[in-house]
Amino acid sequence: MELVQNFPFFSIILALFSGPLCSILDRRAARRVNTAVILLIGAMSLMVLHFTIRTGESYVYQMGHFPAPWGNEIRVGQLEACMASFFCIVMLLCMLSGRRELEREVQTTKQNLYYVMIGLLLSSLLALIYTNDLFTAYVFVEINTISACGLIMIRQNGRTLEAAMRYMIMSLLGSGLLLMGICFLYDLTGHLLMSNIKESVGVLAASGAYHVPLLITICLMSVGIAIKSALFPFHAWLPDAYGYSTLSSSAILSSLVSKGYIFLLIKIFYRVIGFDVIRESKVINVLFVFGIMGMILGSVFAIQENHIRRMIAYSSVAQIGYIYMGFGLGTTAGMIAALYHILSHAATKSLLFVAASGLTDVSDDRTDFLGLTGAGYRNILAGMAFTAGSLSMVGIPAFAGFISKLLFAQAAYETNRKLVLALVALAVSTVLNAVYFMKTVIRLYTPGWRAGLAVSGARIRIKDQPLKSAMLVCFVILNLILGLCSEPVVRLLAEGLERFA
Amino acid sequence: MNLANLMNNYEEAVAMILFGIGFSNLLLQNNLIKKIIGLNIMDTAVYLFLALKGYIAGRKAPIVVDGVQSVDAYINPIPSGLVLTGIVVSVSVSALMLSLTIRLYRRYHTLNLDEISTRLRREGL
Repeated sequence: MELVQNFPFFSIILALFSGPLCSILDRRAARRVNTAVILLIGAMSLMVLHFTIRTGESYVYQMGHFPAPWGNEIRVGQLEACMASFFCIVMLLCMLSGRRELEREVQTTKQNLYYVMIGLLLSSLLALIYTNDLFTAYVFVEINTISACGLIMIRQNGRTLEAAMRYMIMSLLGSGLLLMGICFLYDLTGHLLMSNIKESVGVLAASGAYHVPLLITICLMSVGIAIKSALFPFHAWLPDAYGYSTLSSSAILSSLVSKGYIFLLIKIFYRVIGFDVIRESKVINVLFVFGIMGMILGSVFAIQENHIRRMIAYSSVAQIGYIYMGFGLGTTAGMIAALYHILSHAATKSLLFVAASGLTDVSDDRTDFLGLTGAGYRNILAGMAFTAGSLSMVGIPAFAGFISKLLFAQAAYETNRKLVLALVALAVSTVLNAVYFMKTVIRLYTPGWRAGLAVSGARIRIKDQPLKSAMLVCFVILNLILGLCSEPVVRLLAEGLERFA
Repeated sequence: MNLANLMNNYEEAVAMILFGIGFSNLLLQNNLIKKIIGLNIMDTAVYLFLALKGYIAGRKAPIVVDGVQSVDAYINPIPSGLVLTGIVVSVSVSALMLSLTIRLYRRYHTLNLDEISTRLRREGL
């Protein structure tokens, strides 16, 4: 056993304990500890990624002294390590770029609590990625929910409190269903470790015994996680939660929190139930339909929205729809496209939130479209970054969004009946994306005098906000890397998925 | 045949009915306190279901007394452990929901979530 094999466990524990540590430290020290911990965990995850690529297989890490059917386990492979490193990178960028807003919008005495929440959130995300035990996954899903709720309500106004309440209600409905599903599965198989459950489920599916309970279990778990990750009909809490919380919170919630749940669903599909059983159960067809409805209706809501951050939030509904459509295709290629979209959406959506806050800063904090007229001239870097993010969302080549759309379309060609529906949905959704993002970009670059408006707002140059500017550049570079060097990333995801089950 | 099955497993059926009651209360009630009560009913129903599944009639909790070490003497302890973990989770979530309710009540002097939403929209915040 090599030292690097311990790192997944270390990073979960480190993130978990950095929280309480941050609560007793002085504010600046807590901030430094938090940044250092995220950096360290990112570095460790990258080392694990390197290790798993070198050995070319997943390994199981036993927690405690009890072997497989009884004890608790962590399981690490390329896909898990890749996701963990990427989540750490995005979280670090989000935290650094939202630092000024955090200090301005959150009471000084509450700022330590923010770092506690971030520590908890990171540890629960990592645990969701790595764990091989279904009940551990449930516990960390709840920790994730609680810390995400903290992130929403840390900026105190009526909107965020209401949004946090609605978020909690929807999340708890989802986790209730998930817990019920896990209990059913334990009842059917007598196991809690994912690999053992899969063996038993395989036997059950082959013999045809307990067909209905198994189907109900799959439905319960899929619907539970779909509610938690804001798939279309369950998205009501999302725009308020993303639109009014502090900048780092919106960026992290939209790019990471829902993705953690989706990764758990992929794990349930592949490692707990087995993808063949899922495909036969037809549950993915339901996910496919709701995914497509989300893709189109999310964009329609976004077009109607006049508040820029709420518009970006509604666009998240559409992007979550894309991911579920990828699941619904029911092929490995569809799953790889969905995984790639998790990465590209995380990189793009956080970029858009950060750039939008840079633009509202130079428009007297107005968030409506008229107020943003000409903001692209007043904050040049934020304007360019927003344009880059929009192009990526619409799916212009060279950006990450293009590759995910390409992968979705290629995956759709492998299916027969869903081909037309998927392609039409992709096309319509792309056009709708273009409508609202290009509308915003054109508004940003319309000079105020031409629109006949007296728009005010101070200029912000790059050297006024060096940290945020640097982070914007990092986000754009991350996007370009995903868009231009997609081949190794896709290969990594494909190999990882092969060794995932 | 099916009815006989239901009668034999009436405890599980009760657990499912309770789960449904709790779920619909959490989803449909307007009053925040009633929502939280619904949440607790829902969670308790899951624990009831788990406890039922771990229990084997006529056996005792797996604590060695009088040197009896045979597996046949004891119930399955894992569901009990899961119930304990679940109770911890549900207590902390209920506490969070209650504290949020207090915050909202202090600000808006109502427990009706829809009324809070309409008032927010009127404020145009």
